[in-house]
Amino acid sequence: MASAPLKPQKPQSVRRKFAPWTDPVAQPLISFRNVVKRYGGVVAIDGVSLDIYEREFFALLGPSGCGKTTLMRMLAGFEEASEGKIMLAKNDLSGVPPYRRPVNMMFQSYALFPHMTVSDNIAFGLKQEGMPKAEITARVEEMLKLVNLRGLEKRKPHQLSGGQRQRVALARSLAKRPKVLLLDEPMAALDKKLREQTQFELMDLQQRIGTTFIIVTHDQEEAMTVADRIAVMDHGKLVQVATPAEIYEQPNSRYVAEFVGDVNIIEAEVTRAASGDIALKSDVLDAELRLAQRADVKAGDRVAVALRPEKIRIGKEPLSEVHANCAQGVVYDIAYLGDLSIYHVHLDNGFVLKAAKTNLSRQIEPPIDWDDRVNLSWTPDAGVLLKS
Amino acid sequence: MAMRKGLSPVTLTALAGGIAFLYIPLFLLVIYSFNDSRLVTVWGGWSTRWYQALPQNQALMDAAWVSLKVAAVAATLATILGTLAALALVRAGTFRGRTLFAGLVYAPLVMPEVITGLALLLLFVAIDFDRGFWTVALAHVTFTMCFVAVIVQSRLLTFDHSLEEAALDLGATPLRAFFSVTLPVIFPAVAAGWLLAFTLSLDDLVIANFTAGPGNTTLPMRIYSQVRLGVTPEVNAISTVFIVVITAVVLAASLAMKWQQGKAEGR
Repeated sequence: MASAPLKPQKPQSVRRKFAPWTDPVAQPLISFRNVVKRYGGVVAIDGVSLDIYEREFFALLGPSGCGKTTLMRMLAGFEEASEGKIMLAKNDLSGVPPYRRPVNMMFQSYALFPHMTVSDNIAFGLKQEGMPKAEITARVEEMLKLVNLRGLEKRKPHQLSGGQRQRVALARSLAKRPKVLLLDEPMAALDKKLREQTQFELMDLQQRIGTTFIIVTHDQEEAMTVADRIAVMDHGKLVQVATPAEIYEQPNSRYVAEFVGDVNIIEAEVTRAASGDIALKSDVLDAELRLAQRADVKAGDRVAVALRPEKIRIGKEPLSEVHANCAQGVVYDIAYLGDLSIYHVHLDNGFVLKAAKTNLSRQIEPPIDWDDRVNLSWTPDAGVLLKS
Repeated sequence: MAMRKGLSPVTLTALAGGIAFLYIPLFLLVIYSFNDSRLVTVWGGWSTRWYQALPQNQALMDAAWVSLKVAAVAATLATILGTLAALALVRAGTFRGRTLFAGLVYAPLVMPEVITGLALLLLFVAIDFDRGFWTVALAHVTFTMCFVAVIVQSRLLTFDHSLEEAALDLGATPLRAFFSVTLPVIFPAVAAGWLLAFTLSLDDLVIANFTAGPGNTTLPMRIYSQVRLGVTPEVNAISTVFIVVITAVVLAASLAMKWQQGKAEGR
């Protein structure tokens, strides 16, 4: 996958329109129905209902121990649900052992068979279903080509680099042409550069072969990069299931807002609630907060406002004619990341707001320095009102 | 580094002393097997006459053959049972009575052989099982399988369970997954277990004494009974042959394992 650039067979616009979850007549390929999983008295999965569609690239995102891996292992057949049902193409999967499910998994450790060559590893699943030898050879060749591993078929896993092993694992799990491919933290063992490259290759591959991919990850950037939709999980529950942009721009809770990306959370009280124009008063801000959002709130409600750092304008020039959505403070920390800088600004009352600024010029001396007095401002559509 | 520089006079003396302590008796036995004299304690010059006499000693040859057969059968059965026990202990999680089962598996490790032998003798008499080849073989399975279980269990503890899950995921039934993935990966440990069981069976005297029937005298029993009538140079010769055979087997096995390990590590 590394060298030859893949040519996407579909124009980009087709991909953007792909949204079967908004189509009321679309039938889901996978359906979790009130699935509960208990280990003794501990509830690992707490009533999950979820539909995943054909050709979808779906990500299960959450911190370790949130149940995302358990959910995937239930789909693979390594765990049985304590309650509820898992349907695959309208068939109930209860009691179906892993070796009879049209689902294949790529393991976090890759789980390559150390005593077999690359070819034998890829052919393993095909041999189990009794495919004729000539067909196996052809399929293995096709898989090697798909992941760009031709020439390495006689190697053993220990003779491969980490990236090559990862591709063997991918080829092996795709060889049987499963209806669904499960990927358990597939890039955890790769370094950052290779990981980013592999993410794009994985997306292109999924586009070409059209298999439904479900990826488990704790890395929000990875989930946002590859997935059509993301399910954010916490303590065995789905907190939000939505597209990456919706997850980032319209988080439905503080948990999602804080887990995905960097965010300022400002506690506030609603003072005036009109449709599309909500005014709030916060203890930490002198100015009024205004949100151009429709939300079911009334005056007096205690809520939180999530404000992403890149949506805050930071500058030394005084603000002109702004009465709402602004603050003043002193820069006390700068994280210079190259492409942008994150400023931690101490407001006069001690509250800290994070603001990001793109570094547009190649200046070495920072345009805004430590201890500079700065003005912060943002537009009414920058913040999100969160009720939980 | 430490190995190359570390042979100080003290460690060298300790090493030499340890090796001498272990091997001087064996060394003497080998030397005396080439003694031309009929008297064991008197040196009569070098000779291989006792080796030439060995094939003529039918009783000794028969005993050696019985020992090899018993060891091969017992080691094979012990390896199968010991591997199964290890699998149960590592894989079955915390089933009811697991601690008891583990204790029962390992008890023969510390059980005095006299007691094991006596208990087996009582059992065979009670169920009217004629003592012979199979009683010795079964007795040896009983006391060697725990060694196999220990070796295989320690290997299974470091075995990546996801390998087996991957095999299941790719469509292999649990049985096929075991034979095509698990067993090949843990094979060096299983082979080591077999070899240990084989050598333990080969040199057992106490349990064989209790459980062997007439006509199934093992080599250690034969040697022991001959020594009671006086040590002959012939006994030294057959013992030397056995030392050579066992050394060769162990050496071959460790070389094979090293080769396999080297392959797995890419050397």
